[in-house]
Amino acid sequence: MKETEKPEKGNQIIEEAAQAEYKYGFVTDIETEVIPKGLDEDVVRRISALKGEPEWLLEFRLKAYRHWLTLKAPQWGHVHVPEIDFQDISYYAAPRQKKPGEGPKEIDPELKKTFDKLGIPLEEQMRLSGMAVDAVMDSVSVKTTYRERLAELGVIFCSISEAVKDYPDLVRKYLGKVVPYTDNFYAALNSAVFSDGSFVYIPKGVRCPMELSTYFRINAAQTGQFERTLIVADDDAYVSYLEGCTAPMRDENQLHAAIVEIIVEDRAEVKYSTVQNWYPGDKDGKGGIYNLVTKRGLCRGDHSKLSWTQVETGSAITWKYPSCVLKGDHSVGEFYSVALTNNWQEADTGTKMIHLGKHSTSTIVSKGISAGHSQNSYRGMVKIAPKATGCRNFTQCDSLLLSDTSGAHTFPVIEVGNDTSVVEHEATTSKINEDQIFYCNQRGISTEDAVGLIVNGYAKEVMAKLPMEFAVEAQKLLSVSLEGAVG
Amino acid sequence: MNALKQYIDLYDESRDLIELQAPALLNNLRRVAREHLDNATLPRKGSEDYEATDLEAVFGHDYGVNINRLPFEADPAQTFHCDVPNMSTCLYYSSNDAFHSSAAAERNIGQVVVEPFSMAAVDYPEMMTAYYGQLACMSDPTVALNTLLVQDGLFIYVPDGVVAERPIQLVNIFNAALDMMVQRRLLIVVGKNASIKLLACDHTQSPDFRYLNNQVIEIVAMQGSTIDFYDMEESTPLTRRVSSIYVDQHEGSNVLIDGITLTNGYTRNNYHIEVNGEHAETHLLGMTIASGEQHVDSHTFISHNAPRCNSNEMFKYVLNEKAVGAFSGKILVKPNCPRVEAYQGNRNLCGAPTAKMYTKPQLEIYTDDVMCSHGSAVGQLDEDALFYMRTRGIGIDEARRLLMQAFVADVIDGVRLDALKDRLHYLVEKRFAGTLSNCAGCMATCKKS
Repeated sequence: MKETEKPEKGNQIIEEAAQAEYKYGFVTDIETEVIPKGLDEDVVRRISALKGEPEWLLEFRLKAYRHWLTLKAPQWGHVHVPEIDFQDISYYAAPRQKKPGEGPKEIDPELKKTFDKLGIPLEEQMRLSGMAVDAVMDSVSVKTTYRERLAELGVIFCSISEAVKDYPDLVRKYLGKVVPYTDNFYAALNSAVFSDGSFVYIPKGVRCPMELSTYFRINAAQTGQFERTLIVADDDAYVSYLEGCTAPMRDENQLHAAIVEIIVEDRAEVKYSTVQNWYPGDKDGKGGIYNLVTKRGLCRGDHSKLSWTQVETGSAITWKYPSCVLKGDHSVGEFYSVALTNNWQEADTGTKMIHLGKHSTSTIVSKGISAGHSQNSYRGMVKIAPKATGCRNFTQCDSLLLSDTSGAHTFPVIEVGNDTSVVEHEATTSKINEDQIFYCNQRGISTEDAVGLIVNGYAKEVMAKLPMEFAVEAQKLLSVSLEGAVG
Repeated sequence: MNALKQYIDLYDESRDLIELQAPALLNNLRRVAREHLDNATLPRKGSEDYEATDLEAVFGHDYGVNINRLPFEADPAQTFHCDVPNMSTCLYYSSNDAFHSSAAAERNIGQVVVEPFSMAAVDYPEMMTAYYGQLACMSDPTVALNTLLVQDGLFIYVPDGVVAERPIQLVNIFNAALDMMVQRRLLIVVGKNASIKLLACDHTQSPDFRYLNNQVIEIVAMQGSTIDFYDMEESTPLTRRVSSIYVDQHEGSNVLIDGITLTNGYTRNNYHIEVNGEHAETHLLGMTIASGEQHVDSHTFISHNAPRCNSNEMFKYVLNEKAVGAFSGKILVKPNCPRVEAYQGNRNLCGAPTAKMYTKPQLEIYTDDVMCSHGSAVGQLDEDALFYMRTRGIGIDEARRLLMQAFVADVIDGVRLDALKDRLHYLVEKRFAGTLSNCAGCMATCKKS
């Protein structure tokens, strides 16, 4: 009898976990300045005007907008993106200071409370944890810390709207060079209406002394966010960049179509880590964020290195493929991902490794965990150009299924154009081995703890790649999403 | 220009002529096929599951179609005396798409029925109606085109409980003095607890002409049946082949399909397997040795629709010179199908800087209690192994050949006929040595008279 009870208990635990409510669902009550709903050339012009942008950027936006009009939303993903009415979205929202007289140095107390709830240590706490946060609330950067400290080294870390004003040449040189506005539907949309985001420039030979971190957060109701991040690491530079997301509970689906562009020059290294915890919708699949993101890095220099690490636990729909174009000889691309889906979430995520440089190498480790009725897909491409000789790729994507109603899928594409490159791909799909749970039970570990242990161990390979400060939060998020009731 | 249109126009113009030469049963489905083709387009390079293959270009050439069913004089049985040493087979020939009359004389060996559709429609009308065109998926335009234009085919039926003593060998020969497209069609029904081994090989006799073989094979494996199907291609650089095999597996059936390409021009092989019964077992093997400008593309789809079944898939490619290889495969496990075990493997050797390999192994799993995995690798021969052999006095070319043979050996070892296995080892050895003669391919020693 007992033996038959055990799997049931396991299921029950998973069910309990599935019912864990979203912890970060709250709404900050501050006034926002919102452009009326709808999108046309005037809206694009108005966004540009509101932000006081130069002529060339407006041109860039308009070109992107006109191109976007010719495109259709992509349908090939293993996700069900409902028809989005792009005229029913407001494309700009700026948090307004309640006491404008006090100047921008002081943070709105309401806003600050939100950050405190999220656990972002802004002022003194920041100094202790040694991180610089460019906190983005809706669309305008509120405060940037440690700017001066970074400025001493020549590191530029600011919002992209400031960068446009202060470093127009740099922005103009790199913006849209990795992800052109013609890239895809959502990239074109973002290029037309992007609101804000971060700009990072690490000059030659500088090793950024701290982790750079930005918190994105959707706050105003029905305001899509179109972040744009641009990171440039010049020769021999190093930077580790963290991006984390939490979003408040909303019934209405919200759209998030961001672009991240990274350029890595000779011998430079960029490490980009994401913990994504947008609101995934409730247990009936109602609401939730649509996260449709284009992320791409160009390893332009020889011996350059770009590493993507992501922990995806949120969003009703995730559609993102952080990619590396390995143009420099001996360049290195890495992709480590944990994607956890629960209830009715759908995730279609993976990476592209485009090998153009000789002896470039790439590693892909993707771990999918599906529970409830969710669908979790890995979609990847490894392409080795004919002239890229001596390349090496290793891909491993494992899927763990926690319920018999969830799905796990792998869609890798491999193209090898020469005879000196080696590409390997491995994938497995299975559920938690009952023998493993039994083994733990035997040794006095409850089924609850055992499931927690196994899932933790399963994701460990990726978690170990996260920076220390982030790993703690990532584990917290995993437990909120799934293990809350388990471990 | 839509390449399909020329064939649709041909059908619309010569519909009566085509139908006159074919059993009524085949004509009934033509109308359905015609409807499917109305808005269909052939997949181009880059279409889903066609990463490297352009069917529009394959069908775009102006091929002749023998709708008048004019007989070709040469009797393949006279020019081709093929056998596999140490194995006696029942031999059948088809010349272009006509099942050869002299070969038909030896039909109905034991209780196994081997008949052209024209006869089977009279002898086994219920069977033909029940199974013809039921598995093949008309949403694939090449299948619809085959159904639209096919005038004859081969029907193989093994009644319940019958174990075919001798393997059946089907030799398909292209021999015409003009560019030609043929629609080959096979329907294989194996009854409960019955068993059959089938060898098919494709040859081209006149290498100066362009041929296109657009074939559709439907296989029904009833409860507890065992089917071995070895499908070998040994043709010329101008030969094009689009082959679609559809399999329906019932409870406890065991199906092995082995697709071997030794020499060819431009080939696309589709394998579509529906596992509909518990405890069914599927083995899908593929081996390609390609050089020159050979192009081989395999697409597999195994759908597990029942619990407790397992499948094992392994495709190996050896590519040299300017050869292009492609593999795309999908394993689907439907909801509520626990205890499915499925493995999909694709291993490739790229032996030249100009050889290209595209691979896309996919898993789509909707049940949690399964063990599914896939692996794919593209690489070269192990330098250490080569060095080891050279230190022992084996020349570099010989060492390479030995290693390449060893690489494909496990696909050949999956063959469940010892005599054929030996024969394949021998053929592969000759193929790598570059001494495979044109007619050696039919798994046989050729005694040309």
